[in-house]
Amino acid sequence: MKFGIVTFPGSNCDYDAFHAVTEILGEEATYLWHKDHDLQGSDVIILPGGFSYGDYLRAGAIARFSPIMQEVAAHAKSGAPVVGICNGFQIACEAGLLPGALMRNSHLQFISAQVRIRVENSDTMFTNLYETGEVLRIPVAHGDGMYVATTDVLDALEGDGRVIFRYADATGNISADANPNGSQRNIAGIISEGGNVLGMMPHPERACSPLLGSTDGVRLLESILARVAA
Amino acid sequence: MAKFRIAVHITPRKGLLDPQGKAVSDALRTLGFKEVKDVHVGRYIVIETDAYDAIAAEETVMDMCRQLLANPVTEDFEIESAVHA
Repeated sequence: MKFGIVTFPGSNCDYDAFHAVTEILGEEATYLWHKDHDLQGSDVIILPGGFSYGDYLRAGAIARFSPIMQEVAAHAKSGAPVVGICNGFQIACEAGLLPGALMRNSHLQFISAQVRIRVENSDTMFTNLYETGEVLRIPVAHGDGMYVATTDVLDALEGDGRVIFRYADATGNISADANPNGSQRNIAGIISEGGNVLGMMPHPERACSPLLGSTDGVRLLESILARVAA
Repeated sequence: MAKFRIAVHITPRKGLLDPQGKAVSDALRTLGFKEVKDVHVGRYIVIETDAYDAIAAEETVMDMCRQLLANPVTEDFEIESAVHA
């Protein structure tokens, strides 16, 4: 399976994603330049973390107009997997691939930390190798990670099982203390209506090796393999 | 066609948590401005554009706000009247 990793000006997690896919997962990966119009036959698209276009105007606001995003949107529309991590989540929201928006962290500080997230729905393309209720250790590194949406949207996301990760404590309790950025309802990751676009602030690609303190992110990538290959 | 200048004010949507506004508000009170009730921090954008008349210029800028300058989920916007640039 081939992963296409988009490099925007200011992306800085594209190499991390490439490493996780090729070295840990053992699959093929290629970088996709933001000015190109060709996904080069990629089965899975990763919008990586970073500070595309310097976060000018709003995080992700300019990146969505990159030429490659037309192809990414078409890829998503066809039902194929798109994974937006951190800045990629912000871009996916700005591009309308996912509902809601990411705002400045409620405490206004950039946070770089290992956090815990609870798997809320294991029946998805991205979580089928986890158990619902399982608590994962995955790092976050962001300044604009507070997920917000209207009450109607939040209710719909929850009702449809589209909130797939929530910030939790070590025992899986969802509390304000476990919420690193003030996200509404502790939301850490959501999927699109079709279930094929994932947006999450934590970095699973940085939780793929014991050296990095956690391997809990590996099964997310393996879940995609399992589902897409099936 | 004539050249117009339009100023755009973008502010956090009312009712949404505005941590920047709150931090500035707290700082002002600490500084002694005890009468401060509320602060909101937004963006101020000035656009110069060609248009047939002021109304056309304003409509175009409203469209720019809806499509890019403001995020409809989190922000409100207002534009000032177009002036000849």
